[in-house]
Amino acid sequence: MTTILDIQDLSVSLPPGGDREFAIEEVSLTVDSCEIVCVVGESGSGKSVTAFSVMGLLDRRALNPVAGTIRLADKDLLTIDDRTLRQLRGERVSMIFQEPMTALNPVMRVGDQIAETLEIHTGLSSTQRHARVLQALADVQLPDPKSLAISYPHQLSGGQRQRIMIAMALILEPKLLIADEPTTALDVTTQAKILALIKQLQSSRGMGVLFITHDFGVVAEIADRVIVMQNGRIVEQGQVDHLLNAPKHPYTRLLIDAVPSMTPPERRHSNDKEALAANRIHKIYGKSGWFGRGRVVHAAQDISLTLRRGETLGIVGESGSGKSTVARCIMRLIDPTSGEILIDSIDIAALRQSELRRFRHQIQIIFQDPYRSLNPRRTVGDSIVEGPMNFGVAAVEAWERARELMETVGLSAESLSRFPHQFSGGQRQRICIARALAMKPRILIADEAVSALDVSVQAQVLDLLDDVRQEFQLAMLFITHDLRVAAQICDRIMVMQDGQLVERGSTATVYANPQQQYTRELLAAAPGRRKFPQKVG
Amino acid sequence: MSGEAAAARSDPAPLRIFLSHPGVLFGGMTLAGIVLLTGIGPVFATDPVSINPLNRLKPPGAGGFFGTDMLGRDVFSRVLNGGRMSLTVGLAVAFLSVTIGLTLGLIAGYIRSLDAVIMRVMDGLMSIPAILLAIAMIALSGATLTTVIVAIVIPEIPRVVRLVRSVVLTVREEPYVEAAIAAGTRTFQIMRRHILPNTVAPLIVQATYICGSAMLLEAILGFLGAGIPPEIPSWGNIMAEGRTYFQLTPWIIFFPGLALALAVLAVNFIGDGLRDTLDPRIARTMR
Repeated sequence: MTTILDIQDLSVSLPPGGDREFAIEEVSLTVDSCEIVCVVGESGSGKSVTAFSVMGLLDRRALNPVAGTIRLADKDLLTIDDRTLRQLRGERVSMIFQEPMTALNPVMRVGDQIAETLEIHTGLSSTQRHARVLQALADVQLPDPKSLAISYPHQLSGGQRQRIMIAMALILEPKLLIADEPTTALDVTTQAKILALIKQLQSSRGMGVLFITHDFGVVAEIADRVIVMQNGRIVEQGQVDHLLNAPKHPYTRLLIDAVPSMTPPERRHSNDKEALAANRIHKIYGKSGWFGRGRVVHAAQDISLTLRRGETLGIVGESGSGKSTVARCIMRLIDPTSGEILIDSIDIAALRQSELRRFRHQIQIIFQDPYRSLNPRRTVGDSIVEGPMNFGVAAVEAWERARELMETVGLSAESLSRFPHQFSGGQRQRICIARALAMKPRILIADEAVSALDVSVQAQVLDLLDDVRQEFQLAMLFITHDLRVAAQICDRIMVMQDGQLVERGSTATVYANPQQQYTRELLAAAPGRRKFPQKVG
Repeated sequence: MSGEAAAARSDPAPLRIFLSHPGVLFGGMTLAGIVLLTGIGPVFATDPVSINPLNRLKPPGAGGFFGTDMLGRDVFSRVLNGGRMSLTVGLAVAFLSVTIGLTLGLIAGYIRSLDAVIMRVMDGLMSIPAILLAIAMIALSGATLTTVIVAIVIPEIPRVVRLVRSVVLTVREEPYVEAAIAAGTRTFQIMRRHILPNTVAPLIVQATYICGSAMLLEAILGFLGAGIPPEIPSWGNIMAEGRTYFQLTPWIIFFPGLALALAVLAVNFIGDGLRDTLDPRIARTMR
């Protein structure tokens, strides 16, 4: 084993006026050939800055390396000229990113995008390049490389795009691959396959991999060595087994504990009265247009569910399974094509918008993206009181309740006059919960409400959701693609695939004894389940 | 950037960035000068329409600041008075087309059933050339300031409608708009509170460009004799009248032309400055 990457005492400064002086401070780490080193930390811990400094991709206006060395292939990357750096990129080190859609050029065929690297770095003829591209596509286990090479990024699935990115990164057989949260935007089953692919390519080519993630579940799947970062500093590093079993630093323990367990905790069975019943909901997108028949998508087919007060029903599935469609139909944010949604025996699916307004306060929703679910131009307080005041609550009373709710969700009442951009993702999600609760709803829908958050923040928001469910006796519909999260919060669970219900039952039963093949695949794909099987959350 | 305990961060005041923008500085000062001169100038300058045949075609200096024209009228005074017309047309067109376009754009973007209807009408309007429309309208109802303004406003409206509609279409899909719907907010309030504010920044920028192009178009119409009636001086018709004497007495065309160029340039500079300040992506690179 030889050392490929050697970072010594690297510090990168932040522009003045930030919340700390350095983005990363005195970071030293090495990556050897044939090993996968995971850098773990929450958002803002400096793990991406570390990776970007190696690639020379830092935004020089804001971030400047002020001390230390980055040695790759006997050269210090911080002092070499741009030409040499360009040469090293691709040949010695390459990178894959979190969002495979935005990292690919949408107007270029993927084969040409891969070939571009060859064109720049090698003197191969165009036929040789084509052959290399097809070989690369086969190496990342894509089916039918010939037809894939001439497709555009939007024609591929998220997993396929990430495979293309990997093919592109590895085409020049670099010694070091930097992977910046490459599976965070993917479904669990796809994530498991991509992780396996990276691991397999790494061992067959003897590469070093610097893998950045916030999820200790992923670490357990893939890492040889782990480096834990907090606030720009390395707090602990060591071999994966050692670190997972005997973490020394409290922050490492906190991150490991935050990984939700796959074992559902004991749940009380709710016999409360029914808050909502949905019968045979069907949603079809697309219809025949003026010029013949358009493409028709059955986003949800024949979905029935009941929700009791004080219980949490989970809908689990991958993207495109129709789980969000069901939630949005129940919210009447979109109109179901057929089926009924009963609240107090009134079918709200059939109501016109004007009649529906009376029911709006009974069902509230929390969205996935905390950055887009609050109006950036209105103060947090204005957003929270908007709903109650729509229904005629006096301003004084609405603001008083907003102050109480802010305390309930663990924020100070003074922050009501602040704007959303002054809060972190987790805090914004708390504000969204407060906004939903301000309407005094009976039903709360959480649509991937914790999926955009760091694992450690996720745990806190999940606890909060569970607390408010108990305190306000809410019926909660919890939509997620993450089975570990679902295990922690759901009493009952429904598994969806391609718009259809695959399996349903109490969470404990489904996890212990899945009946359907698809459910078993989903459960098997959850990252870290082998390493954290017994941990109770 | 920050963790769970995010500290309050405040961005540099947009107004300060805006005022320190070099284009805005130049444009603002030029425009302020033009407004001041055309606003108070006619009070002390001579009558722009009084004819003095004995004093015709005098060069600058001998016959007032900018010389005199073929009828012995003071060009300086005519340029100042003409500026009033240009600025009035520019501002009126910008205001009217933005107001009408904003209303139609909001409706088209938010109310699906009206979208196709409004947008097809807009496509129709867009295909009418402003100059032909103006000539036709003047043939129908005579040359007045109102006719000129209306003739310029009509083809501008579709551009504003398209801009507003595209903003509305993106914003209406934002989760915070859905959250407002879920909170029982009425359609009118959703538009006013959550959608309208997002259109303000691009609209202000668009308005400055409309203002500049309207001033130009007014001058073109005046030059073609299809604009404001010749007895009221405007930069366009001053130049139109002076064009036969151009080789002999270039000042009759030069000064109104210079004023027009400066005014349009100033307005466009302010527009660029506003765009740089209001568009967060560009603003960030400028800090």
